[in-house]
Amino acid sequence: MSDKIKVFYEVPADDFTRAGEASSNLKSMLKKMGMNPETVRKVAIAMYEGEINMVIHASGGTIDVTVSQEEIEMVLKDQGPGIADIEMAMRAGYSTAPDKVRSLGFGAGMGLPNMKKYSDELKIESQVGIGTTVTMKVKIQC
Amino acid sequence: MTIEDIKEILGARFIVGDEWKNREVHTACGSDMMSDVLAFMKDQSVLLTGLCNLQVIRTAEMMDIVCIVFVRGKMPEDAMIEMAREKEIALLSTGHRMFSACGLLYEKGLRGGPTYQ
Repeated sequence: MSDKIKVFYEVPADDFTRAGEASSNLKSMLKKMGMNPETVRKVAIAMYEGEINMVIHASGGTIDVTVSQEEIEMVLKDQGPGIADIEMAMRAGYSTAPDKVRSLGFGAGMGLPNMKKYSDELKIESQVGIGTTVTMKVKIQC
Repeated sequence: MTIEDIKEILGARFIVGDEWKNREVHTACGSDMMSDVLAFMKDQSVLLTGLCNLQVIRTAEMMDIVCIVFVRGKMPEDAMIEMAREKEIALLSTGHRMFSACGLLYEKGLRGGPTYQ
């Protein structure tokens, strides 16, 4: 038997009310596995921010999650507009989200900084006009 | 402080979660920006907000927030109430504005997170 669990999610486009369903599902699954609550929360927040970003900026995408003995890896892929300046996008408070998104409670420029804060490893690969892949790893605490 | 204490201090009413009124609350956060809330990771918190959409409940779920207080008499819609019930998050509504609601809880000893440097 493999000691890795793999889960796949599709994040629907432009449906703000459904944003967060994948993160919610993963959070429930990890909780049921009896994982440390702080680890579960870190994973849930990091993935939720990523999921919201996909809905706001990229017309949805896909998320591949791999749970191993040591860590949880989340790979978020989209075919959105890409990030022109990743360094700028990582700055707390920097946002390109439209006003409509701000009125919904997001777009404060904390999405990527939060993803960095709650994950142990964050890798962003992006090409303008092609899309973005964000890989986050969270170590499992005992 | 318990959820019931918060309800009394704010003259609020339960929309969901009367049965969880004895749950303890250790810290508070007041914001309409959910990413600011997500930057604040504390156990057993209460969230005070003037924002009223499904992502408020989702944010609370991710953070393990035990209670949400809607300020300025805002009332969540049915889908939010349903999700809160399912996730066991108490919902309160108060007529106070954000500043006053936070002040009243602070006065009774509830605190937020550390100061940012």
